[in-house]
Amino acid sequence: MKRSWFPALVTLAVLAFFFAPLAMLVLNSFNASRFGGEWEGFTWQWYEKLREADEVWDALFITLKIAAVSSITAMLLGTLAALALHRFKSWLQSLHSMLVTLPLVMPDILMGMSLLAFFVALGVELGMTTIWIAHVTFSVSFVTMVVLGRLQDFDFTLLDAARDLGATPWTATRKVLVPLLLPGILAGGLLAFTLSIDDYVITFFVSGPGTTTLPLRVASMMKGRNLPMINALSTLMIASTFLLAALAFRLERRR
Amino acid sequence: MNCRRECLLTLPSLAWMLAFFAVPAGLVVSMAFRPSDLRGGIGEGWSLDTLKAVVEAGYLPVVWQTVWLSAVTAVICLALALPMAFHIARVSEGWRRLLLLLVVVPFLTNFIIRIFAWKSLLHPEGALTQLLICCGLVSEDAMLLNNAGAVLLVLVYTQLPFAILPLYAAAEKFDFQLLDAARDLGASPWKAFWRVFVPGVRRGLMSAALMVFVCALGQYVIPQFIGGPSDEMLGNKITQRAFGDRNLPHASALAACLMLAMLVPMLLAALWRRLFGKEAAS
Repeated sequence: MKRSWFPALVTLAVLAFFFAPLAMLVLNSFNASRFGGEWEGFTWQWYEKLREADEVWDALFITLKIAAVSSITAMLLGTLAALALHRFKSWLQSLHSMLVTLPLVMPDILMGMSLLAFFVALGVELGMTTIWIAHVTFSVSFVTMVVLGRLQDFDFTLLDAARDLGATPWTATRKVLVPLLLPGILAGGLLAFTLSIDDYVITFFVSGPGTTTLPLRVASMMKGRNLPMINALSTLMIASTFLLAALAFRLERRR
Repeated sequence: MNCRRECLLTLPSLAWMLAFFAVPAGLVVSMAFRPSDLRGGIGEGWSLDTLKAVVEAGYLPVVWQTVWLSAVTAVICLALALPMAFHIARVSEGWRRLLLLLVVVPFLTNFIIRIFAWKSLLHPEGALTQLLICCGLVSEDAMLLNNAGAVLLVLVYTQLPFAILPLYAAAEKFDFQLLDAARDLGASPWKAFWRVFVPGVRRGLMSAALMVFVCALGQYVIPQFIGGPSDEMLGNKITQRAFGDRNLPHASALAACLMLAMLVPMLLAALWRRLFGKEAAS
């Protein structure tokens, strides 16, 4: 039966809509014109300006540091949570499951606002620690979901087999469960890492002086005069995103 | 023994989420009933003054604007995502993976950068404005930025993947031979699509609509950078109260209102699902 061309056309149009703004950013990062309305010649000058912008590199360093620490924490908490949720079915786990899934539907602004209120009420000074706590809180749920997905395919008789062969529960966990779950745990950790780097809204609420992350820095630059420099920075960030996505795509394919 | 192991496994994440998710969320709601002190902190005792101040401040137009923008965003997203999910579910395995990747990748790009991309496109000297002037579609002094239309456009841009992915998940499970059957029985392609495919993926439609609507309700960055002063959403008011004039109880009361606004559609959806589930069982 002949298929309609309309859905294909909509798909094509939407993908063009998705990529056109990003393509314009990349193009304009090499454009000598300040606003990018027209092409005024090729230039590297925005990238040179970016290289000299110390505040951007400081922000990148802070962002990566927070992302590393919070994704490792979320990986640990999320894996334990997934194991508990998968293994036990009790009233405690219903509460646990609710607490872990609710942040997935909670809008960022509400999470940011409630953490701000919480830290102010406790008199905690806003800074690295508060950002770390906030990032772990919103990424634990994602890690748990990814690991839980893995556990559903996991054959638990393997653990019994290990025990029958004389392994202690701890050895069985360490030598059988963890290696088999590792791809899931790492995938969850990578997701947490990406979410942490990307987050603007929650970080905005709980950051203090001296803890400007990269998204916060870009947002404050948007109000200033150095707009073409953001084009250059964005191009680098888009390139790294695409590279990571391609890598993940290849890795998944090999499996 | 088993109980001890359960507790050991559960305790870290449970304690963390209780302390940093449940308690803060409860705190926001309770702070709506606390007075604010002069320095913008939390005052002593309990009172209804904050709630009164929120009601008297006249947020109704902003609430209306927030709901209206989110609802229109959800409708546009569904209208675009429906044919797209239909298409992606029907192409070959290789194409499907590629298309899904192409949907997800721009979505992985930093949120602020995507907003910046639109801000520079819509800028009076930006590429889109220049292009439209060249085509004679808008006048020289057209202002594409700082209006509700621009906010809507960028809202759709950022929320569309939230509609495409659940709809695709539903379309993937749909039996496309039913469409052929409808065609054989004389339905036009359009009619087959509306009468067979759309009802077949209604659960996906429901969760996509809910997802987009609820996510859009909490937005404030897009109106802040893309919209004008009259296009603010509830989220903007929350940040202004929290940071602009440092009145945390007032901001918390607004946040509690927002929480309520997103809980209502979610509860309605749950109710609908329950009623609907019964109907399917009988």
